[in-house]
Amino acid sequence: MSPILTLIAQRIALGVLLLFAVSVLIFAGTQILPGDVAQSILGQSATPEALANLRKELGLNDPAIVRYFSWLGGVLTGDLGTALTTRQPIASTLMPRLWNTLFLAFWAAIVSVPLAVMLGLLAVRYRNGPIDKAISGFALASTSLPEFFIGYLLIFFVAVKMQWFPSISTVYGGMPLADKLNAIVLPATVLVLVVLAHMMRMTRAAILNVMQSAYIETAELKGLSSFDIIRKHAFPNAIAPIVNVIMLNLAFLIVGVVVVEVIFVYPGMGQYLVDHVSKRDVPVVQAVGLIFAAVYIGLNIIADIAAILANPRLRHPK
Amino acid sequence: MAKASASAKPSGKLLEIRDLKIEATVYPPGEAPRDIVIVDGVSLTLERGKVLGLIGESGAGKSTIGLSAMGYGRGGVRITGGEVLINGRDILKGGIGGLRKLRGKEVCYVAQSAAAAFNPAHKLMDQVVEAAMLHGVANRAEAERRAVALFRKLSLPNPEVIGRRYPHQVSGGQLQRVMTAMALCSEPDLIVFDEPTTALDVTTQIDVLAAIKDAIRDTGVAALYITHDLAVVAQVSDEIMVLRHGKLVEWGGTQQIIREPRQEYTNQLVSVHRIEHQEKMPGKEPLLSVANVTAAYGGGMVDVLKNVSVDIHPGQTLAVVGESGSGKSTLARAITGLLPPREGSITFDGRTLPAKLANRSKDDLRELQMIYQMADVAMNPRQTVGTIIGRPLEFYFGMRGAERDRRVAELLEEIEMGKGFLDRYPAELSGGQKQRVCIARALAAKPKLIICDEVTSALDPLVANGILKLLLNLQAVENVAYLFITHDIATVRAIADSIAVMYRGAVVRYGPKSQVLTPPFDDYTDLLLSSVPEMEVGWLEKAIAGRRMEAAGN
Repeated sequence: MSPILTLIAQRIALGVLLLFAVSVLIFAGTQILPGDVAQSILGQSATPEALANLRKELGLNDPAIVRYFSWLGGVLTGDLGTALTTRQPIASTLMPRLWNTLFLAFWAAIVSVPLAVMLGLLAVRYRNGPIDKAISGFALASTSLPEFFIGYLLIFFVAVKMQWFPSISTVYGGMPLADKLNAIVLPATVLVLVVLAHMMRMTRAAILNVMQSAYIETAELKGLSSFDIIRKHAFPNAIAPIVNVIMLNLAFLIVGVVVVEVIFVYPGMGQYLVDHVSKRDVPVVQAVGLIFAAVYIGLNIIADIAAILANPRLRHPK
Repeated sequence: MAKASASAKPSGKLLEIRDLKIEATVYPPGEAPRDIVIVDGVSLTLERGKVLGLIGESGAGKSTIGLSAMGYGRGGVRITGGEVLINGRDILKGGIGGLRKLRGKEVCYVAQSAAAAFNPAHKLMDQVVEAAMLHGVANRAEAERRAVALFRKLSLPNPEVIGRRYPHQVSGGQLQRVMTAMALCSEPDLIVFDEPTTALDVTTQIDVLAAIKDAIRDTGVAALYITHDLAVVAQVSDEIMVLRHGKLVEWGGTQQIIREPRQEYTNQLVSVHRIEHQEKMPGKEPLLSVANVTAAYGGGMVDVLKNVSVDIHPGQTLAVVGESGSGKSTLARAITGLLPPREGSITFDGRTLPAKLANRSKDDLRELQMIYQMADVAMNPRQTVGTIIGRPLEFYFGMRGAERDRRVAELLEEIEMGKGFLDRYPAELSGGQKQRVCIARALAAKPKLIICDEVTSALDPLVANGILKLLLNLQAVENVAYLFITHDIATVRAIADSIAVMYRGAVVRYGPKSQVLTPPFDDYTDLLLSSVPEMEVGWLEKAIAGRRMEAAGN
């Protein structure tokens, strides 16, 4: 097997291993939490017999290791368990919400990633000049403001005053794409503003670092224009660190949207998670936690693989 | 490959530099930034198809002058006065747009380290044809055809397909030739060669030098050839210009400069490396005895040292020579315990040294010191000279306070630097001074053996000479032995008592200096010795004709 395939296989295997480790942590964590599931289902007035029966029915008397493996077995076969509060299977409730969250994250990423990279390239091209300072200042300001604050600002000015877009982002199955996009403009904008600066700054720093190299001078002495030098000669050598930051931010778009979804009443994972955390619905918290962990690990594996592929020494061994 | 138009071009002045003045702003630590003059009032002219050699020590401004022919100032350097005329027009007046049209079309550049100057992310061919396509000199197919012809002309292996490789897949000597092809691809009028062979082994240098010389002759391009090695520049130049501290010292025909230098400084450059060193006879008991050492990297896949046996006697110098990759530095790593040998033993001062560094006693470490090629990265930039030299005194001898300071002052005296340097930081020292501090640091441990790994390779000839003289004096006073790793035969002649020639991990010739340097030679030693440039016009052709084997780097 070529060394590069070995490396990639290694990364993926490590990722799977890590995911199992995380599942143990999530399970253990929810076991340590105080409170009794049976009690919280039946309420304070339940009789001891009813509690004992329910515990037996839910398998709560089995040893933790048995319960872990039965939970894991369920997860691997697509059964995320049953929500305690609603008695509904978690998977069927969660899937449409996961899609909604991915939909929002996808459009935020489509806008923010190219925009951040372009702004980063421009900042390098006009480094230390007014354009660079303006880009950096704007990006840093938008990141420093908390997302709920930006969210309410947008709702007040764009939704209430100008009435361009709805302040409540309702989407449902069978809604036309154009309507859906219209509904998510405001939450997507908030997300873009939140993740932009981090990616832009990293693009700028990574490329500036490469700009010190001797081959940049070679390009300059060939008579290339400044922007071509950055695009053709600096950027390809700065991909690895940039991709890493992009992936971390994409993970944030999926995992960190809780607040934004709540503000815009968007039917995604975040809203669902918040609802069930407040009700101490442990199976739901476990399922959502595992999905978030899988997203994080998966995107970071992609970043690692992209960094491996971006390195010509690994792609083309001697 | 010679262009049809080359012979048809009008003769006459191609490049004319008038009264050039170049300045830079320096930021000395703890002081206000100030402007310094790097090049002051230099004028030169270059005819079409001629080669002018610019020579001088580092800081003489030779690269800066070379790059001014492309209107380029490296690292914030500014051209503040004078005129640079190419094909009769002042390129400094055309603005950045005019310069971009000039660079890569009329004037091209060949850098010192092609390994760093090629973009690791792109294939060689894409980079070679880039300038020619950008300036509309040729379309892609035509430019590639031209590039392949140039690869062939420069004797690169597999000229048809070498362009599909990435820079890391090609050796240093080959990359340097690919870079020359890159410069020639857009058929410029002038090429600036900036120390194109300095980073190469002597055995590789001779091939690259010959390739460059042929290419210059056949394409009729003019060249500025920048180097600090007078013997190298004598092989390719029609005229030589000697520079010092940014000013012109002497300018004349190659023959005149190397045979009848008119200035004292030129004379010093010409006669450098003439240290007389009386060879010492080996004593009874060697200080260090390396016996049948075999060592390998990476779990023993490939042996990088094969059955090496050498002795060093107290107070004497063993020079280890060979091209890069021959195992010289690996031998040093085996002796110091950084790379435990797989087989064989190392005896030092009557005792067998433990193979691993971790198992060695403090005295083992103290008595065996090292000095490195890159003095500036071998020192902590945030420590003063006093701290750097005082550290081994504290570590090995537990010296503190006034006692340590007195010893540091003595050591500074020994390396001919004096107390004034106590509070300086490495960044405030010149290259030679940095290496002296490293020598003092090694001496502070009162070692019996110092391993010197290419300690003069990064230095200018005159400075390197000073370091060699210092090392010889210190040997006479302290009776310290040296293991001197180098690829420079002239250095070997100046300092060695015995010599080991290494080739692909094995010692191919070993003995007292006089014996090793006396014919008959084995093929490799012959190649090594005959590849050292001599200060004589026509040496290159003679040396190439007389060779018995190819360099390993090819």
